[in-house]
Amino acid sequence: MEVAQTARLADWRVRHQSSIDEARYNVRVFFKDKLAVAGLIIIVFTIVVAFIGPWIAPYPEQGRGESNISERLQAPSSKHLLGTDNYGRDVLSRVIYGARIPLLISFVTTAAIVLIGVPIGGIAGYYGGKFDEVVMRICDVFLAFPSLILAIVFVAFLGPSIRNAMIAIVLSWWPWYTRLVRGMAVSLRERPYVEAAKTMGVGDFTIIARHILPNSFGPVIVQMTLDIGTVILAAAGLSFIGLGAQPPVADWGLMISEGREYVLDQWWIGAFAGLAILILVLAFNLVGDGLRDVLDPRSKR
Amino acid sequence: MTIRAYVLRRLALAVFVLLGIASITFVMARIVPSDVARTYVGGNARPEQIAEAEKILGLDKPLYEQYAIYMKGLVTGDWGESLRTKRPVLDDIIHFFPSTLELVVAALIVATVFGIILGVTTAHMRGGWLDHFMRLFSTAGVSIASFWLALMLQILFFRMLGWLPVAGQTSITVAQAHPITQITGMHVVDALITGNWVAFWDAGRHFILPVITLAAYPMGVIMRMTRSSMLEAMGLDYIRMARAMGVPPRTLLYKAALKNALGPVFTVVGLTFANALTGTFFVELIFAWPGLGYYATTSILGSDYPAIVGVTVMIAFVYVIANLVVDIAQAVVDPRIALR
Amino acid sequence: MDELLRVRGLRLQFRSMRGVVKALDGVDLTVHDREIVGLVGESGCGKTITGLAILGLLQRPQAEITGGEISYRGEDLLAKSDKEMQDLRGREISMVFQDPLASLNPVFTVGHQIGDVVRIHKGVSRRQSREITLKALAEVGLPASDETLKRYPHQFSGGMRQRVCMAMALACGSPLLIADEPTTALDVTIQAQILRLLLRLREELGVAQVIITHNVGVAAQSCDRIAVMYAGSVVEEGPVVEVLSRPRHPYTIALYECLPHGHTAAELQTIPGTVPDLISPPPGCRFHPRCKHVLDVCRTTKPEPVQVGGRHWVSCFWATGQESGTHDREVVS
Repeated sequence: MEVAQTARLADWRVRHQSSIDEARYNVRVFFKDKLAVAGLIIIVFTIVVAFIGPWIAPYPEQGRGESNISERLQAPSSKHLLGTDNYGRDVLSRVIYGARIPLLISFVTTAAIVLIGVPIGGIAGYYGGKFDEVVMRICDVFLAFPSLILAIVFVAFLGPSIRNAMIAIVLSWWPWYTRLVRGMAVSLRERPYVEAAKTMGVGDFTIIARHILPNSFGPVIVQMTLDIGTVILAAAGLSFIGLGAQPPVADWGLMISEGREYVLDQWWIGAFAGLAILILVLAFNLVGDGLRDVLDPRSKR
Repeated sequence: MTIRAYVLRRLALAVFVLLGIASITFVMARIVPSDVARTYVGGNARPEQIAEAEKILGLDKPLYEQYAIYMKGLVTGDWGESLRTKRPVLDDIIHFFPSTLELVVAALIVATVFGIILGVTTAHMRGGWLDHFMRLFSTAGVSIASFWLALMLQILFFRMLGWLPVAGQTSITVAQAHPITQITGMHVVDALITGNWVAFWDAGRHFILPVITLAAYPMGVIMRMTRSSMLEAMGLDYIRMARAMGVPPRTLLYKAALKNALGPVFTVVGLTFANALTGTFFVELIFAWPGLGYYATTSILGSDYPAIVGVTVMIAFVYVIANLVVDIAQAVVDPRIALR
Repeated sequence: MDELLRVRGLRLQFRSMRGVVKALDGVDLTVHDREIVGLVGESGCGKTITGLAILGLLQRPQAEITGGEISYRGEDLLAKSDKEMQDLRGREISMVFQDPLASLNPVFTVGHQIGDVVRIHKGVSRRQSREITLKALAEVGLPASDETLKRYPHQFSGGMRQRVCMAMALACGSPLLIADEPTTALDVTIQAQILRLLLRLREELGVAQVIITHNVGVAAQSCDRIAVMYAGSVVEEGPVVEVLSRPRHPYTIALYECLPHGHTAAELQTIPGTVPDLISPPPGCRFHPRCKHVLDVCRTTKPEPVQVGGRHWVSCFWATGQESGTHDREVVS
């Protein structure tokens, strides 16, 4: 039994040797970029913090939203490392707890955007014709408008909540991927191996799934990584105006809004939350840059 | 195709997308449940008042008729009435528009000029810690939340240094003593044109922080794009040929490579315009700058649906025109674009 | 005749992702005034790099010249600073490349590009540079009109673009032109035109040339002398008629035998083996693994050029042994 398994594993390795080699090479190239590696570390760190938040935050209840009025508006001290906000809540705990929503929103919405936008783009690009025309016009309309404003308008009509913010973001951003993948599909469908597959009677669906989409992965993944940062900023912006996360939840955008009233004298209420956003988005952007070097050889940095 | 045909085609596309955006907004405003009539009358409305309001607002008509009225209104200039100010939405928008124009144009000019200069100079010096630092700097520029930057700048320049005012377009004292004659509606520009130096200085000081905040992201984007575009252009064969012909390196950088590199940069400028427009929503709110973004945000928070719809269409209009301008400029700089 | 360009024992290496590539391992080349020399060899043998090295166009620190000399009119080019080389390029030595479309800047008109270069070298006014440009265009057979000046590179055909590149080189008035595969990207009929043009440039304007090509036929038609390169060094150099009718180096001989002769239905010959990996090239003579006449000494020692006739040099132990030995190999054409 064991022997058979090792034999199968060895066989798999031999068959996929070139992909393994390529993957190893790509990883090496990625790790050469120190800034990208730093970004990756920050992202992992933030995810870990978001998970173990309740155990490492000095004042978890306050992180969740409980007030502590007696200690409100205190400057950073040894008791509250980053100070307290206008409700007396420990800012450090709030910042730790506040990592969850941006991460959640950005991963889920980006995944949704890709899951919607990519297949539509692949199908439209591959088949061409009427469907393609219609899809492209729809994308033109959506993309003729600043995406975040579109999202804001959508939430304005849907009503302020995290769920609606996510829906609005997905609705506003999916056309980017459709257009991206559609363009690639159009050029890829002319490739010889696609023609070869067609002549051998391979179904269209399989062609799209097996040939077109995998070859589009590179730019899509790069775009996704960069967009996670964009979505984090978008969600924070929505929360800031009051259209996203609602109090007393801890969310970085919301915290900046809460800190706005007190910004001049009790700057710490909003400053650290914004700094956290900056660092996290920066990290995603650096990783995205690093990925671009690996996956999209056309670009030179 | 010729440049002219290209322009015409882009214009046709622009009209189409404008209609599309207007339609989408209409659908959203009517389909999604919202108490337009109730907001119009205000709180504690009696049912008869609401019914009355619905009639006034034309909400009792069938949907397709509402759509027709809406579209006709858009084209003829009747954009409805703001539920809050009770004034025609179009009037409100025109009133608030110049202040936003001021900010956005200034921000983009600053971002483009500095972004290109920095991008070109860093393309010159590959590798080394300065290059890494610049990369970090430009990436940070696109990673900052504009509203947070605005607040931080307020702390730095107002609270800590005391150099610049915290918000507003002008100081009340100066506005009373040296009122600006409104020509374009843009304070800084008007003060400049009319030679009102005191007001110009004052308006200018109020102008600086919002512009810097708005310019941060575009500058980061343009800087990165210029650098990578320059690097790509520098590697191309005609640069090698020019070098083989004895062209000095400075000329190669600033003339031969730059003109080729600018193409992608222009596209990016178009995108950053979107970002600048979006930024006004936050920046104008924080700096109490009475512009379109401020109007939009207050309308949204006040559920003023006609205003929201109007602002959306206006923004679409502005954005489409801006993109058109950028595309045409790009075709002029790089004649190959029009041929595709 | 004056000696314009002299390259002796040029050695060059550059760093790549996989290791250090010893690209050039002893290149010898001489070009005299008004002479056309062909640099012939397979793709990857280092011909283009030699051309770039002469003009100092290789990027340091990736590319490093590790030995040999390059001199122009007696001046050592390797000792010159960047600024001095930049001054020399175009004015004394110019180069045109294989792909004329890629070699011209797509966003400037042809007149603008040539004019720029002229003004850089001659420091003349715009009007004068325009005159010079028009004259150069006429020399290469293009319509010398304002129309032409206002056009963009993509508006010309391939052959005309190549002429534009040559006009640029001419307009600078350099006595030496290096042409890297000037005909490869062009149709056969246009190729003939360009070759005729090159000859005319020498006849009427006295421009000496190095024509880099992998096509022996091209070299045979247009060159006075020919230098055969293999894996980074010149293995045989001499008057074209002599080298091609009585090749000495086994590689040249094999090349010659590969060309189909007459209309026989005989099998096409190939040279057994493959081009060596320049990161770890074979020791001694780089051709020895594929050589029919390999001797023991070939495996360990690199042969130096030895004169075997009037201005005919060969780097081969076997060939020079043949000369001083019994009968010569006579190749029947």
